[in-house]
Amino acid sequence: MSAMTTAKTRPGYEPGLGSKGARAANLVILSVLAVLFLVPFYLIVRNAFATDAEITAPGWMWFPSAPSWENLPNLFADPAVPMARSLVNSAVVAVASTAGTLLLCTTAGYGLARIPYRHADKVFYAVLATLMIPSAVTFVPSFVMVSSLGWISDFRGLIIPTLFNGFVAFLCRQYFLGFPRELEEAARVDGLGYWGSFWRIVIPNSGNFLAAIAVITFVGAWNSFLWPLVIGRSPDSWTVQVALSTFLTAQTVSLSQLFLAALVAIFPLVFVFLFLQRFLVQGVAQTGLKG
Amino acid sequence: MAVSPAAAADTDRAGTGDQRPRSRRSGRRRTALAFWAFTGPFLAGLAVFTVVPVAWSAYLSFFDATNTVTPLSEDFVGFGNYTRMLQDQAFLDSLVTFSVFAAFIVPLTFACSLGLALLLDRVRFARAFFRSVFFLPFACSYVVASLVWKMSIFNGVRYGLANAVLDLFGVDDVAWLFNPDPPWYWLVIVSLRLWIQCGFYMILFIAALQQIPAHLYEAAYVDGAKPGRQTFWHITLPQLRATSVAVVMLILIAAYQAFDEFVNLIGNQAYARPPLVYLYYTALGTQQDLGRGSAGALILALIIAIVTLLQGRLLGFGNKEGR
Repeated sequence: MSAMTTAKTRPGYEPGLGSKGARAANLVILSVLAVLFLVPFYLIVRNAFATDAEITAPGWMWFPSAPSWENLPNLFADPAVPMARSLVNSAVVAVASTAGTLLLCTTAGYGLARIPYRHADKVFYAVLATLMIPSAVTFVPSFVMVSSLGWISDFRGLIIPTLFNGFVAFLCRQYFLGFPRELEEAARVDGLGYWGSFWRIVIPNSGNFLAAIAVITFVGAWNSFLWPLVIGRSPDSWTVQVALSTFLTAQTVSLSQLFLAALVAIFPLVFVFLFLQRFLVQGVAQTGLKG
Repeated sequence: MAVSPAAAADTDRAGTGDQRPRSRRSGRRRTALAFWAFTGPFLAGLAVFTVVPVAWSAYLSFFDATNTVTPLSEDFVGFGNYTRMLQDQAFLDSLVTFSVFAAFIVPLTFACSLGLALLLDRVRFARAFFRSVFFLPFACSYVVASLVWKMSIFNGVRYGLANAVLDLFGVDDVAWLFNPDPPWYWLVIVSLRLWIQCGFYMILFIAALQQIPAHLYEAAYVDGAKPGRQTFWHITLPQLRATSVAVVMLILIAAYQAFDEFVNLIGNQAYARPPLVYLYYTALGTQQDLGRGSAGALILALIIAIVTLLQGRLLGFGNKEGR
């Protein structure tokens, strides 16, 4: 029956419609996979609210009988790992580097895409060439640079070198190439220059794209580990990822505290994700990542 | 670009209404000025934090630069650091580790993300929910995932999830990470990365799947192709070519940068130490040997460049239609 009704919009020769059995199997496979994908999140929550004795008990525990919040104050009071400080550091770094990256990369992307300067293409190929240098290979030289600037264990060292993201600039250029030219021409007729039409026409009409780029950059900055590890030499300048890693390798803290710390660390992002996912999916799909 | 530079400059001038002879040059200069105003700050930063460091590192790689970034001229060692790195068994082992890792992660990520996209494309029920679930791990950092994998799933003792499941089937506990023989640690490392990144590439594939014109499937149906395997190999996969090439590139580039999960799961152990971990401990560990670290980084960069070019050739990066 349902195959008949959908046939009007989605004919039977489309890949989407198999037999009823095939569709049921499809749904079952998806559900099993979805449960598997959620298991790690479940474990974080379960362990964060259990006691160490419950976690290490021989029998499997589905959920702690009496969820305890006691760990939360302990976590922030622990003198060994500055959890509160590291959360603040992460927030400052992630917000500042997202704002800075957006400002620098959208302007650069727009310039490369839309200003008919004679050598624009050459400049663009130069930027592309730096993309070929994998950013992780540059961590030794970048460390050399930052240490000679005296920015070790400093917000400047954590933030500024991450702002000039060739990949984001590339995405912005691809996006602005597809921005409707008519809108800008109307602005030009109204007497706006490049600067005016960029800020008053292009930016206000690119909300979804900017949201997607912002979320990707924010996630990248919040989750980044290697660079903060290289730069954050003193505990005061640790980001939350470095603090967690120290927790993990030291193995002196309790298990439940460790997982509570992990929960605190992923909470902001999961929150952002659940609310902005729509923009993200649209944005990722339309950023020109199509190849 | 659709509009040629000269034509665009002309429309600019029409707006300002200057006299002809002078305005061609001043218009062009104004365009140049606007271009550099938009791109200048970014380009300057890119030069300072990418180009200069790489050049500096290349310079350091010719010196015995231990604990210093400005070596003296008597510390010049020529290609000494390069020959030492190429004879360094630990560095060569790290390249092998990376190759094994890439051999696992590239095909698996590709197959899993494409598989998820195909499954999602067919489902008519709770599609947004499933998409969110598969995409959610992308919000999780490698450090947090390592923590869960190491302390709760694959911790090698009875209360770990993996061993608890094996227990149901009467299989003895497996040490997973702490015993390099048999190398079960690969299962831990590869499953972690799969979990984090599959959802992201899945989104790219879903977007590409939705752009395949429906009439191709209609035509295939008329020609007698069976929906399913035949249309997948002869329509879906060829139509996904551009996306597939981009996804393979992105997976491989991300794999070169593998550091977080190796450090947090295994640490500085010789049996599973990718190049970045080795370079990190060489250049920034207790030795602070920036000369050798730089040489290693440049060797790695060279290998990556060659592999990327070869891959581009093999997959035909240039000959795809449209963007």
